[in-house]
Amino acid sequence: MTSLFEEITETSVDIPVRRVTITVNGEKRSANVEPRLLLAHLLRQGFKLTGTHTGCDTTNCGACTVLVDGRPAKSCTMLAVQADGRDVMTVEGLATASELHPIQEGFKEEHGLQCGYCTPGMMLAAKALLDENPDPTEDEVRWALSGNLCRCTGYQNIVKSVLWAAEKMRNSAG
Amino acid sequence: MSLDEIKIGGMGASRRRVEDNRFIRGRGNYVDDVVLPGMLHMEILRSPVAHARIRSIDVSKAWEIPGVRLVLTGDMMATRNLAWMPTLSYDTQAVLATDKVRFQGQEVAAVIADDPYIAKDACEAIVVDYETLPVIVNPDQAMASGATLIRDDKENQPDNKVFDWEVGDRPATDKAFEEADVVSEIELHYPRSHPSPLEPCGSIADFDRSTGKLTVYMTTQAPHIIRAAVALVAELPEHMIRIISPDLGGGFGNKVPVYPGYVISILASILTERPVKWIEDKTGNLISTGFGRDVYLKGQMAVRKDGKILGVRMHTISDHGAFFSDAQPSKFKIGLMHSAFACYDIPAAHLTAEGYYTNKAPGGVAYRCSFRVTEAMFFQERMIQAAADDLGMDQAEFRRINLVRDDDFPHRTPFGFLTDSGQYGKCLDVALEAIGYEQFLKDQEEARKNGRYLGIGISTMTEPLGAGNSREYDILGIKMFDSAELRVHMTGKAILRTGAKTQGQGHETTWAQIVAHELGIPADDVVVEEGDTDTAPFGMGTYASRSTPVAGAAVAMVARKIRAKSRKIAAHLLEVSEEDIEWELGRFYVRSSPDRGVTIQECAMAAYSNMPDGMEPGLENTAYYDPPNLTWPFAAYVATVEVDPETGVWDVLRMVAVDDCGVRINPMIVEGQIMGGLTEAYAMASMQFITFDAEGNCVGSNYMDYLLPTAWETPGFELHEVVTPCPHHPIGAKGIGECATVGGPAAFVNAVMNAVEHLGVRNIDMPLLPDRVHEAIATRSDISGAPPVRTDAP
Ligand code: FES
Ligand code: FES
Repeated sequence: MTSLFEEITETSVDIPVRRVTITVNGEKRSANVEPRLLLAHLLRQGFKLTGTHTGCDTTNCGACTVLVDGRPAKSCTMLAVQADGRDVMTVEGLATASELHPIQEGFKEEHGLQCGYCTPGMMLAAKALLDENPDPTEDEVRWALSGNLCRCTGYQNIVKSVLWAAEKMRNSAG
Repeated sequence: MSLDEIKIGGMGASRRRVEDNRFIRGRGNYVDDVVLPGMLHMEILRSPVAHARIRSIDVSKAWEIPGVRLVLTGDMMATRNLAWMPTLSYDTQAVLATDKVRFQGQEVAAVIADDPYIAKDACEAIVVDYETLPVIVNPDQAMASGATLIRDDKENQPDNKVFDWEVGDRPATDKAFEEADVVSEIELHYPRSHPSPLEPCGSIADFDRSTGKLTVYMTTQAPHIIRAAVALVAELPEHMIRIISPDLGGGFGNKVPVYPGYVISILASILTERPVKWIEDKTGNLISTGFGRDVYLKGQMAVRKDGKILGVRMHTISDHGAFFSDAQPSKFKIGLMHSAFACYDIPAAHLTAEGYYTNKAPGGVAYRCSFRVTEAMFFQERMIQAAADDLGMDQAEFRRINLVRDDDFPHRTPFGFLTDSGQYGKCLDVALEAIGYEQFLKDQEEARKNGRYLGIGISTMTEPLGAGNSREYDILGIKMFDSAELRVHMTGKAILRTGAKTQGQGHETTWAQIVAHELGIPADDVVVEEGDTDTAPFGMGTYASRSTPVAGAAVAMVARKIRAKSRKIAAHLLEVSEEDIEWELGRFYVRSSPDRGVTIQECAMAAYSNMPDGMEPGLENTAYYDPPNLTWPFAAYVATVEVDPETGVWDVLRMVAVDDCGVRINPMIVEGQIMGGLTEAYAMASMQFITFDAEGNCVGSNYMDYLLPTAWETPGFELHEVVTPCPHHPIGAKGIGECATVGGPAAFVNAVMNAVEHLGVRNIDMPLLPDRVHEAIATRSDISGAPPVRTDAP
C-alpha cells in the first residue's frame, strides 16, 4: 500500500506491526500488519481483493479459499504473517485481461453458481484439483470440493462445471 | 419475418446468466465489500444466557480502549425511543436489552470503533451482571401452569401464548370421521432449522447531517418494507431514507425480518455522523436471526375402505422464540399451514393452531417457504403414507385415488383455497415411470429376504406461491403486490427495475427474457436493476417464491404497456390507422401489406424524435401487478434409499423430481432452483437442525455443530418436467424456488420409513440421523425428536 502519508491515530501508536511481503496473483505486495490480522482480511480490506469472501470464520464453509503456493487454504484461518514470502492466488488472479479461466467459463456454462458467494472458493478448490488431476471422476470432484459449502446450487451443477473445465483444459493442452 | 425468440434470449431460452460475469471474476458487490470514506465498524455483544434479568452493564473498560468511538446499551437506545422495535407480525422486539435477556444470543450492547478487531476487543471488555431466570425451551414448558412469564414487558400478556387460531369446518369434519372405515393418526415434530445463507447479515448505515439523508446498505430481501419500517421506527421521513440491497449471498427467508443490528447501526451513524458498518459473524447469524420451522404437528385422517379420504384434522403447536418477529401475511397466524392437502380431493378439514413464546431466538421465518407450507406439506405427505399403510393400500394407488383430477379445476381445497390448474396424475405417473416403481417393489422384496432394507418414498403436492392477491395478503397492512418499471432508450436498449430483489435466483437474466418475449428487444439489450429504493418502484421483495408470479407478471405487463404505445407510434410511422397494424415479435406491420413494417427499435427512436402530434414523448412506463390468485405449481418427488440396519446410515439410491411450474422462462435457472431446493430437503431429512439444551444453549451455533451437506453427501438428482400454464399469469408461469424444499423432505423420510415399516416402525422425526434410525430398528419403535430436551449438555 503506497500513499503519500500514513495517518498516526491513537489506535496505531502502540500496536506492534510486522511487515509482510506476499506475491498476490503474481504481483509482490507488502504491508505492515498486526500479527493477529487474518489473511482473509488483509486480502479483502488491505489489498482490496474483495472476491475472497468470508462465510463462517471457523474453517468450515470454504468461501475464503485461496491458493497458497498452489494448494487450497482457508484464508479465514491463516494469519497474514503466515503468508509472508509465499505465493497467494485469489479469484481475481484466475482470468487474464482478455480471457477467462476455463473453470470460470465452466461455472457460467453449466450454471454452477446462483448467489455467487461460495463461487470464488469453489473455483480455487477446483483449480487445485485440476492442476493435480486433469481428468477427475465425478466422485473425485465431489471429494475435492467437500471442504466448500454451497447453500444455493445443490452441487450437481458445480460438479458439472468442474468436469466441463477439465475437458476444455485437456483439449487445449492436447 | 418474425424473430427467433430463443436467439434473442426470450422465453424458453436457457440463457447463460448475466450476473455470473461479475461473480466468476470476484467482482460481486456484497454488503461487506462496500467501503465508505471514514467508515467505522460495529460489533454486537450478545447474551451468553437464555433468560436473565440484567442487573447492570458496565461499559467503562470498553470506552478505555483506543479506537472506540461509541458504546451503546439498551438504556441509551431507550433515550431515543429505540430500545424496542415493532416486528413484521404486530409484536415488539428488543433492539438492545433493557430489562431482561430472553434468549441466548440476544443483543445486549454494541461497540463502534475504528476497525472490527478493536470493536470485538471492546465488546469483551463490557461487564454484564445477569440474574438468571428459569428457562423455557419448548412449548410444553411454555404452556405449563406456573411457567415463568417470558414477555413480562407486554401488557395483557398473562402467559406465554402468542396466539390461538383455527380454520376449516369443524362440524363437517366431525361428521366425516363418523363415516370413516379407518382413522389414521400421526404426530410429528418439524425441527427448528436455520436458512443459513452463506453470507451472514449486515448493514452499513450512512447518515448525512447536511442533507438529512440516511443511506443504508443492507442484506435485505425486501428493501421497500425495510424503508417503511425504518420510517416508522426511527421516525425519519421516508423520502430521506434510501435502502440499498446490494448483491446478496443467499437469503432463503433469513434476510426478510428487521434485525436489531440494522437499527443499531443506523442510530450509531446518526450519533457519530460517520458511516457505520456491521457485519454479523456466522455464530451471530445462527443464534439470533430468523430460524425456520419448529412446529409440533398432530392429526388424523378419516378414510373409507375403498381408499377415498373423507376428512382431515390437524393441530399445530409452534415455537416462536422470544419475539414473534417473522413476516407473515397478517390474516393468517400460522401462515399458510391451511394449504395442506390442497392437491387432494377432500371434502372436510379442520385445523387448530397455537403459538408459544420460548427462550429461544425469535423467528419462524418462511425458510425457502411460503409461510409454513413446508410444515404443511410435510405433514400432509407423512399423513398420506400413514393412512395408506393403515389401509394396506399401495402408496401410489392411494394418492391416485385422491389426487384432484385434471378436469376438476377450478378446485376448492379442503381449507378453502382455490386451485386452478394442474396435471397431478400425469406428474405422478412420470415420476413412477422414471424410477421404475413396479420393479423397485420387486427388488425391495428380494432384498428384504437377504436382510437388506430398501425403501421408496413418494411426495406429491401443490402449494400456494406468489402472495398476494391484495384482498387477502398483506404484511403490516401493506398489500402484497409488486411492480416493474421499464425505460426504453431511443436506440432500443432498455433498463428494467422491479420491486423484487434477487439473491441468486437470476432476475437480471430472466426479467430481460420476459421483456424480450413481450417486445422482441434482445435480452442482452435490457439491463435489470433491483434493490435500491431510490430508483426501484415499490415492491414487497423476494421470498416465498413470489418473484416470478408477481414481479415477473409486472414485467410482462409493463412491457405490454410499452408495446401499446409503440403500436400508436408504428401507426404514425407507417401512416395507417392503429387498427390496421399487426404485431409479430419485435415488429409492427401493416396487415394488408406485411412487408411494410417498423421494428420496436424504430418505434423507440421515434418516441424521442418523431412522435405523433399530441403524444407524450418518451417510451417508459410502470406497472403495479396485483395477482388475481396465487399460483399453484405441482410436484411429484420420489426417492429410493437403502438403510444399513447395523449402523442406521441411509443412502439415497435415486431421487426423481417431476415439477410442473407452468411455463419456464429459463429452463436452466428453473432446474438450478429445483436442485438447490432438493439439497435443502435432503439436508433437513438427514442432518440439518438446530436444537437447544435445557439451559437454552443453542446446539448448532456454528458450522461444526450445525451440519449442512457438502458435495460429498449430497445425492444426484434426476429432473423431469410437466407444463401446465398458469391460467391467470400473463406468461403462464408459476412459482418454483421453494417447491423442492417444501415437497422434498417427505419423499426422503417416507422412503426411509418404507424401508423399515416391516419392523413396525411408523415414524422417526427429522433429521433422520443414523443414531435415531438405528435406535428405531433396534427397538422396533418410533423415535420422537420432540421433548424431553437433552439434559446431558453442560
Ligand atoms: S470463512 Fe473461511 S472457511 Fe468459512
Ligand atoms: S451459489 Fe450461493 S452459496 Fe453457492
